[in-house]
Amino acid sequence: MAVIRDVMPAFQLLQPTSIADAQKILDQYGPDAWVLAGGLDSFDWLKDRIKKPNTVVDLSGVEELKGIRETGQGLEIGAMTTLTEIAQHPLIKAKYSLLAQSAELVASPQIRNQGTIGGNVSQDTRCWYYRAGWPCYRAGGNICYADTPVGRNREHAILHAERCVAVNPSDTAPALIALDAKFVIRNRKGERVVNAEDYFVGPEIDITRLTVLQPGDLLTAVRIPATWAGAQFYFEKVRDRNVWDFPLMNVASAMVLSGDTIQQVRVAVNGAAARPLRLKAVENAIRGKQRSIATAEMAGNLAVQGAVPLQFNAYKIPLMRNLVKRSITGVQEATWAS
Amino acid sequence: MSEADKQVSETAAKRVSRRAFIKGVITSGVAVSSTSYLFRASTLAGQRSSAGLGERLITLNVNGQQRRVDVVKQETLAWTLRYKLGLTGTKLGCDRAECGSCTVLIDDVPYYACSVLTHTVRDKKVLTIEGLASPHGKLHPVQQGVVDEQGFQCAYCMPGFVMAAVGFLKTNPNPTRAELAHGISGNLCRCQDYDKILTAFMRGAEYMRRSSRA
Repeated sequence: MAVIRDVMPAFQLLQPTSIADAQKILDQYGPDAWVLAGGLDSFDWLKDRIKKPNTVVDLSGVEELKGIRETGQGLEIGAMTTLTEIAQHPLIKAKYSLLAQSAELVASPQIRNQGTIGGNVSQDTRCWYYRAGWPCYRAGGNICYADTPVGRNREHAILHAERCVAVNPSDTAPALIALDAKFVIRNRKGERVVNAEDYFVGPEIDITRLTVLQPGDLLTAVRIPATWAGAQFYFEKVRDRNVWDFPLMNVASAMVLSGDTIQQVRVAVNGAAARPLRLKAVENAIRGKQRSIATAEMAGNLAVQGAVPLQFNAYKIPLMRNLVKRSITGVQEATWAS
Repeated sequence: MSEADKQVSETAAKRVSRRAFIKGVITSGVAVSSTSYLFRASTLAGQRSSAGLGERLITLNVNGQQRRVDVVKQETLAWTLRYKLGLTGTKLGCDRAECGSCTVLIDDVPYYACSVLTHTVRDKKVLTIEGLASPHGKLHPVQQGVVDEQGFQCAYCMPGFVMAAVGFLKTNPNPTRAELAHGISGNLCRCQDYDKILTAFMRGAEYMRRSSRA
């Protein structure tokens, strides 16, 4: 598929060392600037000559954007913190293990060493028609190549598709939604904080983007409130191979129980729609109920209400139903086998 | 002057002028391309920010040596290592962070060299397969493990695999076979020789522990 074609086309590489400098550059260049975090999503675009930015802004030298800090309200994770660091951080493993688990399941060890939390939540979709440079809706055209009778759409959306049927590929996104994380975005006008679930947008809002980030915006940090520290967590990712692959679907849940009763709960899935979905209807339906097989089954059935399969992805409906069910009752943890 | 002489001198003059002309073309060609380069650079300089554009001629710390090398901005580390520094032990398999054969250590951490811009490792230490053995040629314990257990078939993936294993064993010196498999799961072997590779690296890990005790 991928073909080696010499080095990438030339671009201007700017390497700021502070957020303020990065901000200035993004302001100055606007839509011409390509923000480079770990680079693993970016280099595919650049190497394949599908996107040709004239200016690349490499954030790897901005130390302010790295690291995990404990604050009065919980944790603050710099956007340029690597997935390996998150997966291995003692405090995250102890109190917010949902995030550590999701980070550990991303791609491969080398990619986790390089890939960042900011990049993981901001990466573009993997729909291959789009990534191969076909002039689809998402690329500014007026057709979807995946949603045709012969389109290859095994990995595509079953919910909330609107012209475009691509899905968000992030593993950490549903975990952050379940943990009620806040995303800190800076631009020339100042700083704004958005809820994790509002950071992502579907095609009904903007068909060319997966997040609210506009040119000039910089995601600087992810804040995790202490609200869900030490709750009962469940994360599961389903993919074709145990390494590298993006999720066919994943699920994340955080739950606070009192005895057997579900007091508080948040559930999110990704790989089902163009944005990671927080399942509010499911949460409302099971709050205050017994944590039982019956409740879990009801949750699973409710989660897939309104799902519309494409030609090759009908399997995603029972998959989502079962993942949501498991996220309520849990299953014996599958062990990693080589 | 006779007619013949005149002809000879005319031909000579033509010859000279042709040579001069060709020389001229070469010189002006260089001039044109360099001016366009300078012009381009100055256009960019006009818009440049405080962060600056930086130098193309940089110093890299590779295998313990300071290497001066001319690197374009969009160049990947794998490209620089192989085609500028002649370190062809680092292999390019997919060039898309999907196979692991270009794995090198940057400050002791395994990275895919095909997906790292050389300009981002200016202040870091790069270690490739060529820098693993000691200067006198004594193999690294992991390399010795590979030799003793005959760990690979075609071995195209070996340099990347060995670097991934060395990086993993630095932080996990005493792994189980399953932990090691997970640690080097970012590398593919087209010969499907994983079992022997794991055996070789388990042996290498044992040698490493032994040599660190000694």
